[in-house]
Amino acid sequence: MTVALSGKEIAAKLQQRFPGSIVESSESNLVVKGESLLDIASFLKTSPDLDFDYLTAITAVDYYAYFEVVYQLTSIKHNHSLVVKTHCYGRDNPALPSVVSLWRGADFQEREIYDLMGIRFDGHPNMKRIFLWEGFKGYPLRKDFSNGN
Amino acid sequence: MEVEDITKRYIYSAVELDRAEGEMIEALKAGSQQPIPDPDKWLEEKLERNIILTTVDGLLNWARRSSLWTVLCFPACCAFEFIATAASRFDISRFGMEILRASPRQADLMITAGTLTRKMAPQVRRIYDQMAEPKWVIAMGACGISGGIFTGSYNVVPGYNRIIPVDVYVPGCPPRPEALLYGIRMLQKKISQRSLLQEGR
Amino acid sequence: MAIKTEPFVINIGPQHPSTHGVFRMRTTLDGEVVVDMEPVFGYLHRGVEKLAEGRSYKQNIPLSDRLDYISSMTNNQAYVMAVEKLAEIPVPERAEYIRVIMAELQRIANHLIAVGAFLNDCGAFMTPFLYMFREREKIIDLFDMVCGQRLLYNYMRFGGVSQDIPEEFLPALKTLVNSMPGFIDEYDQLLAQNEILLARSKGVGILSKELAINISASGPVLRASGVKRDIRKVDPYSVYDRFEFDIPTGTVGDAYDRYWVRIQEMRQSVRIIKQAMKQLPSGEVLTEVPLRLRPPVGEVYGHIEAPKGELGFYLVSDNSANPYRWHVRAPSLFNLTALRDMVIGWKLADAIIIFGSIDITMGEVDR
Repeated sequence: MTVALSGKEIAAKLQQRFPGSIVESSESNLVVKGESLLDIASFLKTSPDLDFDYLTAITAVDYYAYFEVVYQLTSIKHNHSLVVKTHCYGRDNPALPSVVSLWRGADFQEREIYDLMGIRFDGHPNMKRIFLWEGFKGYPLRKDFSNGN
Repeated sequence: MEVEDITKRYIYSAVELDRAEGEMIEALKAGSQQPIPDPDKWLEEKLERNIILTTVDGLLNWARRSSLWTVLCFPACCAFEFIATAASRFDISRFGMEILRASPRQADLMITAGTLTRKMAPQVRRIYDQMAEPKWVIAMGACGISGGIFTGSYNVVPGYNRIIPVDVYVPGCPPRPEALLYGIRMLQKKISQRSLLQEGR
Repeated sequence: MAIKTEPFVINIGPQHPSTHGVFRMRTTLDGEVVVDMEPVFGYLHRGVEKLAEGRSYKQNIPLSDRLDYISSMTNNQAYVMAVEKLAEIPVPERAEYIRVIMAELQRIANHLIAVGAFLNDCGAFMTPFLYMFREREKIIDLFDMVCGQRLLYNYMRFGGVSQDIPEEFLPALKTLVNSMPGFIDEYDQLLAQNEILLARSKGVGILSKELAINISASGPVLRASGVKRDIRKVDPYSVYDRFEFDIPTGTVGDAYDRYWVRIQEMRQSVRIIKQAMKQLPSGEVLTEVPLRLRPPVGEVYGHIEAPKGELGFYLVSDNSANPYRWHVRAPSLFNLTALRDMVIGWKLADAIIIFGSIDITMGEVDR
């Protein structure tokens, strides 16, 4: 069985190495600050007993006050999984660092989140729309998108 | 692992191509707000005037309806019911239609099997324009008739008749091969009523 | 005198002769060799995730069917399992076994199309395709017997399946399962040592093990590259831990390995169905669930091993009748990430074969 690691334990480990980067943590997930996302992700991937080499999915959710981007990580060798979240404030030009340099599977997923939610990922080599066409006004998956179809 | 900047490698500018395509899509979207009327005036003419078909007409219509060549237009799920119709159990070859080439210049029937999205609409219009006259269209499935289960979405065109004129509508999601064969039979009946004098070719 | 050449761009456009859906590749060619490739998606983007937020959970079951429209039973299974995990709905034993039988039959049907279309691209124009379709029609007859639909079943519900299997189902399934290994052997005999297939697909489009893990590939693409990972063994769901079956794994990761892995998986699926038929208990098939289900506040990520890879659903609920966020982790989109790396350096005809061997469905990629 794939063991879902406890967010609290991982948060405790990370608090030592990257102080001040954890916003909150619970049994099922942990929330980190946007600026330290790349360092934490790189630590999670390279540290030998965590070894998260497989990025299962990236999702973005629109809670009206902020955007929440959810990373589902898995380790093939140790067969455990973890959920890491980060919050993104501001609706005009939200931005986050890209994890494409660590996991190439994030390539199309980050473009999709930019296309449908409007969150830019700095460091992505090809940040443009993937499903909709250039010139489409608005970001459809946001809660305040009105469908003028 | 290092990630290279792939925007610098192409010999064309991908962003400009995308922008040109986007303008084409927006222009077609603005121009397709009303459905194109169905070409069904042959029904009224039949009632009004008793068209007399000559032997030449009869021969031409028999040849045209017994060898309809289809152009592939396979966006989505209905494609697999169409392929099943063309496969060995519901053989479409007994109607003379086993030629399923991708080239629109050699085709005279377009069976639209799948949902039409705004991004795909200019390409479908381009394929339809490339077909030679006389040509017919069968709108297959609920998505082809009115957008189906996806109506109201920001990227779905509510029915193929916004973009191209449709002759026969086959309902179903997806329609069974028997239903599609019935729709083809209806189209063959329509073709057998054409007359050279009326249409001109 | 040296001939001066210039690269040119060919658009393998959204409408093209292979049956893989509306996918566009802008290929830059130098002569016949592919130098660069840019994939363009979105021609089947129907906005399913936005539509799902306006409908109730039960109304989204047919919407989940239309994602990977070739293997729609497994789509249903992934979605209802995610909602059952979120709302903690128990499932009767008989329903679990029926789900496993349907999922494995669907896996065989999907791999038949995948192999048939791949061979179609390789040049065996229609013969293997029509042979595979003959078998697929038999499987579709069984599905027709159970739920009345041929392609998009809408069969599973929260808490079980919508109706019990009729009496004539099990004898028909037994005939199919007894004859299926014979058919697979027939295909193997015709194809496995075929010179043309070996020349066209051995060593073509190699996906290395490290790259496969890094792009989050899953399903036969990952297993053909040498990684032995199958959700049914690694994170067993439903009743898969009661069956004995192997995971076929390739070595090199070329197009031939992906074809071989699919043929072997069909054999393993037949094995699972035989065991499930023996162990099938009697009882109910559906627990009563309210029509407008309101799961508790929370989120869930539920995944299964679909024929194309790891299909997952990420649901966020705010205790109302409609989901707050409905996201699909589509295996085909991840498997396509490395297409550019696999295609560069090969000729144009090989590019079509490499694309066909990954086996994608655009309904899933574009959603």
